[in-house]
Amino acid sequence: MAAGRGFVRFDWVTIILYFALVGIGWINIYSASLDNSATAFFDLNQVYFKQLVWICLSIVLIIFILAIEAKFYERFSSIIYIISLASLLGLFIFGKNINGATSWYALGSFSIQPSEFAKAATALALGKYIGDMQTNIKEFKHQLRAFIIIALPALFIIPQPDPGSALVYVAFIFPMYREGLHFVYLLLGFFLGALFISTLAFGVVWVSVGILVITALIYFRNRKKRKTKAFQYIFVAALCMGFVFSVNYIFNNVFEQRHRDRFNIVLGKESDSKGIGYNTNQSEIAIGSGGWTGKGWTQGTQTKGNFVPEQQTDYIFSTVGEEWGFLGSMVVVILFVALIIRVLYLAERQKSQFSRVYGYSVGAILFLHFFVNIGMVTGLLPTVGIPLPFFSYGGSGLWGFTILLFILIRLDASNSHYA
Amino acid sequence: MRKLLLLVLVMITGVVFAGRLFYLQVYDTSFQKLSENNAIKIIYDYPQRGYIFDRNGKLLVSNQPSYDVMVIPRDLQPFDTLEFCGLLKMTKEDLVKSLEKARAYSPRLPSPVIPQLTKAEYAYLSEKMHKYKGFYIQKRSLRDYQIDHSANVLGYIAEADNKIIKENPYYQMGDLLGKQGVEMQYEEILRGVKGVKYIQKDRFNREIGPYKDGAFDTIPERGKDITLTIDGALQEYGERLMVNKRGGIVALEPATGEILALVAAPNYDPALLVGRERSKNFTKLWYDTISKPLFDRVLQGEYPPGSPFKALTALIGLQEGVIDTEETVYCNGGYRYGRGRILGCHAHRSPLAMQAGIANSCNAYFCTVYRRTIEKYPTPQQGIDTWRDHLLSFGLGDYMGYDLPSGRPGKIPSSRTYNAIYQYPTYKWYAPATISNAIGQGEVLLTPMQMVNFTAAIANRGWYYKPHIIKNISGVDTIPSAYTEKHMTTIDKEHFDPVIAGLFDVYNYGTASHLKVPGIEICGKTGTAENYTRVNGERMQLTDHSVFIAFAPKDDPKIAIAVFVENGYWGSRWAGRIASLMIEKYIKGDISRKDLESFILNGSLEEEYAKPYSGEPFKINQ
Repeated sequence: MAAGRGFVRFDWVTIILYFALVGIGWINIYSASLDNSATAFFDLNQVYFKQLVWICLSIVLIIFILAIEAKFYERFSSIIYIISLASLLGLFIFGKNINGATSWYALGSFSIQPSEFAKAATALALGKYIGDMQTNIKEFKHQLRAFIIIALPALFIIPQPDPGSALVYVAFIFPMYREGLHFVYLLLGFFLGALFISTLAFGVVWVSVGILVITALIYFRNRKKRKTKAFQYIFVAALCMGFVFSVNYIFNNVFEQRHRDRFNIVLGKESDSKGIGYNTNQSEIAIGSGGWTGKGWTQGTQTKGNFVPEQQTDYIFSTVGEEWGFLGSMVVVILFVALIIRVLYLAERQKSQFSRVYGYSVGAILFLHFFVNIGMVTGLLPTVGIPLPFFSYGGSGLWGFTILLFILIRLDASNSHYA
Repeated sequence: MRKLLLLVLVMITGVVFAGRLFYLQVYDTSFQKLSENNAIKIIYDYPQRGYIFDRNGKLLVSNQPSYDVMVIPRDLQPFDTLEFCGLLKMTKEDLVKSLEKARAYSPRLPSPVIPQLTKAEYAYLSEKMHKYKGFYIQKRSLRDYQIDHSANVLGYIAEADNKIIKENPYYQMGDLLGKQGVEMQYEEILRGVKGVKYIQKDRFNREIGPYKDGAFDTIPERGKDITLTIDGALQEYGERLMVNKRGGIVALEPATGEILALVAAPNYDPALLVGRERSKNFTKLWYDTISKPLFDRVLQGEYPPGSPFKALTALIGLQEGVIDTEETVYCNGGYRYGRGRILGCHAHRSPLAMQAGIANSCNAYFCTVYRRTIEKYPTPQQGIDTWRDHLLSFGLGDYMGYDLPSGRPGKIPSSRTYNAIYQYPTYKWYAPATISNAIGQGEVLLTPMQMVNFTAAIANRGWYYKPHIIKNISGVDTIPSAYTEKHMTTIDKEHFDPVIAGLFDVYNYGTASHLKVPGIEICGKTGTAENYTRVNGERMQLTDHSVFIAFAPKDDPKIAIAVFVENGYWGSRWAGRIASLMIEKYIKGDISRKDLESFILNGSLEEEYAKPYSGEPFKINQ
């Protein structure tokens, strides 16, 4: 790469947004992790100092990523993907258990979470596959293969168990849709999701009745047309009810109690603030107490009292809400929206399908994290443990997102040569 | 379309989050309070309430420590309720009820379970309280009364209710504040400022140190002591004289407007409203709707003043120039006006000039003067309003602005009053329609406090200070400027001497001649006021009120007094006697007329008061 020309070509808007988010994130991690045990600022045992080290190291990482030829990423995407899958499988043998999940490799005093890196690898592999001249995403065979590429890492992550990280792979449906996947898949996904939620909210009986009534109505409206056959409607209705009953079965017999609780709280079935809804409730209190402008940096009473669990990681946004108020929260929300829109814009201007699919995957993954995490912290969605990109404490997470984003920046910089 | 889907979703998400954050952080402010309460523990340090002294420096009210059992509902853990109730001597129902009330107020803020334990109870309890999580004992200071009188003057302190807590953020559940009397009027001076400590807690409810290193903590500030203008001995004597009678005595020092005694009868022992029996006793007093011990008759009772008002009629007549001190008026058993109507009068010699008119309380004389005053002006409206302006300058017809929190404005009718009554201008009205005003009946109503105020203004020959009860605030050493500002009446100084001479003759040979106090020149005026009541919706006339005003000595007066005895019949029968005893007590210190004293101390009007409630026909004015 010609350093001088390439340097100018890097998309500085994205880079500035990245550093803004990382910087604001660290400021809040500092506040959330501050306690009286710190003897000096440079104390390697302090969470904020560890994160600072990770941030500095990620700058080195960025230089590496940008220094490598863009073609490398496409050419080696399959190998990167296979290595990534292997690292996930390796957890079952060498993994270290933290907080009940075997998701980490121990490296001295640091731990590495391979699932954070698998997202970038999967995005590269999906881009490579869809970008292949011979792939037609409108064909069922190819759709199936693409789904396998996406599903494999997710299947390896679920039993760790880390369903939150696995959920992120849903995001890949967006780049596939962008490349021509039929809209029915999205609709079907949405429809099944709605059935799932309403089954939990209203119970099997009512949803079954609802399905029967609606199918019957549609049938009687359409029966005068030709080709209308009753058994088709009965078949669809039976499929739906089968789904409903299996949801009920899975919810009650496969899910663990803590998963059930999380859904029940968000559906308003339970509201015991001392028990299972504690996280969300405390997080809402912390955010709500911020008011317009917040209590000021390191002045949050909820943050100081450690009322919000996991505050440096998944609930870091509650610190923003409490200490910086509505205005500060909005700055963060706007930065995220701006970053994702910018990423989608970069993706759209790519000339190769590989880069475009990759860029779209980056945008979709960032969006899913943003959507689920802030939705959870503000009490709009059930508690799902996934981090807020660039914000949440954790080296693997920061590096994973950094790699994800800067490969796109590298691809974008070579865009014109590549055509 | 395919390009836009994700873009649109991102933007919708951004807008939804903005809305949610706005709701949580700006719209719904309940989180802001909740937060302060669950991360920060607030500990209060209640200062001693200021002491209250009488004008001679005698201690009236001090403090005793008191201990409240408080509860923070969310910190409660299951406990042995039976044992706990046994310890606190309460029933389980009461405990459950007070816990529910506490939870309804706030799960995070303390509420009292049992207020006002004594020191002995506290000593016993304090060893065991640690077993009951969520309960603790809060020390406060409670009143300790050195006297058993003056309850209506002092008022009482009680727990702040929800309304006060909402209006004034200083007060919290279980806080005490003055209600009624001096305690209420000077609440902010007496209470001091409570100290507060903020403690940061973590999620296990453990205290992890002072919040912001104690930057917001304050130390308590002791309440200031106050000295009242009340003469404790005179007040106590007045209350003893009023036992078994209803009404009031109010005495002022004319030269300063200081209230020397403010007796409302019946009264109660202020100590009744302290301690664990407080609410039981209060309920008892509150529901006594017949003798109404919590109703301050001196400040809140509005009565027709009766004959003492004639002194004002005379002064206004002189000021308006409608009569002089020489002119005599015939009285033939009353004052005749209109078509054969007559306002009756008692037997006395006739005709009389002003001085003798006052001494003999001649109705015809004052009706004449009053009518001339009104008719001096082209319309009766103008006449009435001029007459009214003179009266207002004596502090009548409105709240007087004294420093006690209860009162009534009384009533001085204006042209508007009569225009409304007689439906002017459809029908016209003239001076005779209002003639009863001349003798203090009719539409005129005064509180005993207003009566003593015009008495003091007459004693001063034309001016007064607003009556007040505060003599000194320690550490401040001034009193509110409203009480050091001289108020002039609209009557010229020279008109007072003939009226005062008449009031002096009331004692010399007039209606109170048998009540002379050896060695003291007293001026006074008797009054006998007709009154009516309703029992079960039926209007009936009751025995007249016995009214008396006086001041003494005649020159350089030291005391002005108004006495009102409900249904005491004629003026000198009860009120006049009580007034003369009070004057003697204040000026001489002891009583020479022991027979009179014991007659009053032992006299009772309870039989009279029971009459309308007996359900049987009864006679009045016996």
